[in-house]
Amino acid sequence: MTEAPLPQDWAHWRPAPLLPSGDGRDRALVFVVATLCFLACLTVFAALAGDRAAQGWRADLAASATVQVRPTGGESPAEASARAAEALAGVKGVTEARVLDRAEAERLLEPWLGKGNIPDDLPLPRLVTVDLDPAAPATPAALRAALAQARVDAELDDHSRWMKEVERAGLTVRAAALAAGALTAAAAAAVIAFATREGLAARRDVVEDLHLTGAQDRFVAGLFQRRFAALAARAGAWGAAFAMALAAAARFFGGAEGFTPVLPLEWTDLLAALPCPLLAALVAAFAARRTALSILRAEP
Amino acid sequence: MSRQGAGVTEQLEAPAAAPIVHFQAVGMRYGRAPEVLRDIDLSLAPGSFHFLTGASGSGKSSLLKLIYLAQRPSRGMIRLFGHDVETTPRRDLPYLRRRVGVVFQEFRLLDHLSAFDNVALPLRIAGSKPQRYRGDVAELLDWVGLGERMHAMPPTLSGGEKQRLAIARAVVARPELLLADEPTGNVDPDMAARLLRLFVELNRLGTTVLIASHDQALVARAGQPVLHLQDGHLRDGVPR
Repeated sequence: MTEAPLPQDWAHWRPAPLLPSGDGRDRALVFVVATLCFLACLTVFAALAGDRAAQGWRADLAASATVQVRPTGGESPAEASARAAEALAGVKGVTEARVLDRAEAERLLEPWLGKGNIPDDLPLPRLVTVDLDPAAPATPAALRAALAQARVDAELDDHSRWMKEVERAGLTVRAAALAAGALTAAAAAAVIAFATREGLAARRDVVEDLHLTGAQDRFVAGLFQRRFAALAARAGAWGAAFAMALAAAARFFGGAEGFTPVLPLEWTDLLAALPCPLLAALVAAFAARRTALSILRAEP
Repeated sequence: MSRQGAGVTEQLEAPAAAPIVHFQAVGMRYGRAPEVLRDIDLSLAPGSFHFLTGASGSGKSSLLKLIYLAQRPSRGMIRLFGHDVETTPRRDLPYLRRRVGVVFQEFRLLDHLSAFDNVALPLRIAGSKPQRYRGDVAELLDWVGLGERMHAMPPTLSGGEKQRLAIARAVVARPELLLADEPTGNVDPDMAARLLRLFVELNRLGTTVLIASHDQALVARAGQPVLHLQDGHLRDGVPR
């Protein structure tokens, strides 16, 4: 048992904390909360990167359209395609309309048919790719009108079906991240509530003494609230620091692709981990106070 | 020494001349066990001084627990400072407890706090600032003979020192009611006489005092009224 500082040294003397200082159980709790915070930060990074990837894919899809041309009236496929490209190039909001040659069309089919497996006499659809002005893209209606005016029988794919899929995927990523974050916060709150219950049981003598000396429930609950908030803030800082270090390593060694090509990470994404200690402290403070008050209010 | 925390207690002041403690047909049991206190009628007037005697296990500590609101009665009515404790809102009970100083038989000192911080505890809880109370606490520790040990932690103190520390903690806030459970059980006769003088002095200053004690010599020397507990019933006067 160490001796407290001499109260005679009034200038430096401060009252001792009313709750005994932490023990081994605190270290275990710091580890658990830090791990939860680490996972929460990684979830946030993944959500940010996934959202960025979805936006990128959507922008790519929105900036182009594909037209499949069907030759009519004795016109050769090459002539029909060239006429379609010419008609589309004149539409406002189109930066370029280009006929895909056979080699490019074969390359598109390679994933399904394999390289070199396409017979020379196999008729391939003639495609025109249209690049749109990202600032003011031409509408599908305008493109269809141009094709109709040029009397080209063609089918326009404006990629809207794929964009909806990408949007749905982006929403799923965001919802999953939100759910994971909420679950992590709930798990942290449950751990803190359990620790508060344990702390109240372990410090029963202290709590009873404070109670009988005239401490109000909120005074005693405040002691546990401050202790666990400080502990969670410390754990949150550790968890965030490790997550940032891991993400920084991924960004440094993986370049702009970060963890994987589907999760492009930016350096600024790392800043999203900074509020982690504060949020952890708030969750812990709320859980500890609520638990302590519920226990204390059951006392005589 | 000044009375601390007066501001927060004003809202629960007792009506004039009301008994500080009033029991009416109070019974108390632990769980489903037989009653340890039966049909207790008790009234302590403001400024009175009583001893509470009785054999070991007669219910002295249980009676004190009812007064310092550590237990609830099984039946009957208890009024403390004029307030029915059954109907007083729970949030107001701490203000009643702050008006009661208790010397516990088992001391109930906090082992992680120094002697100084233990004594200062009631003042801290009442919201007093260290700058205000540190002089009073040091003076009181000096008075109970612990001036040189104010930095010591309770586990390093002897039984007598712990007892004096517990007494200092109970009286530091100048409570209106002082309850003491065997307060001289671990001190030598000289110190017992000195502590009795402290209780008498506090009583002269207006504190109502109730001391549970086995020490017949102390009871006789004080010459104060005696309440005797026997078989769970309370009787006036020292038993023959």
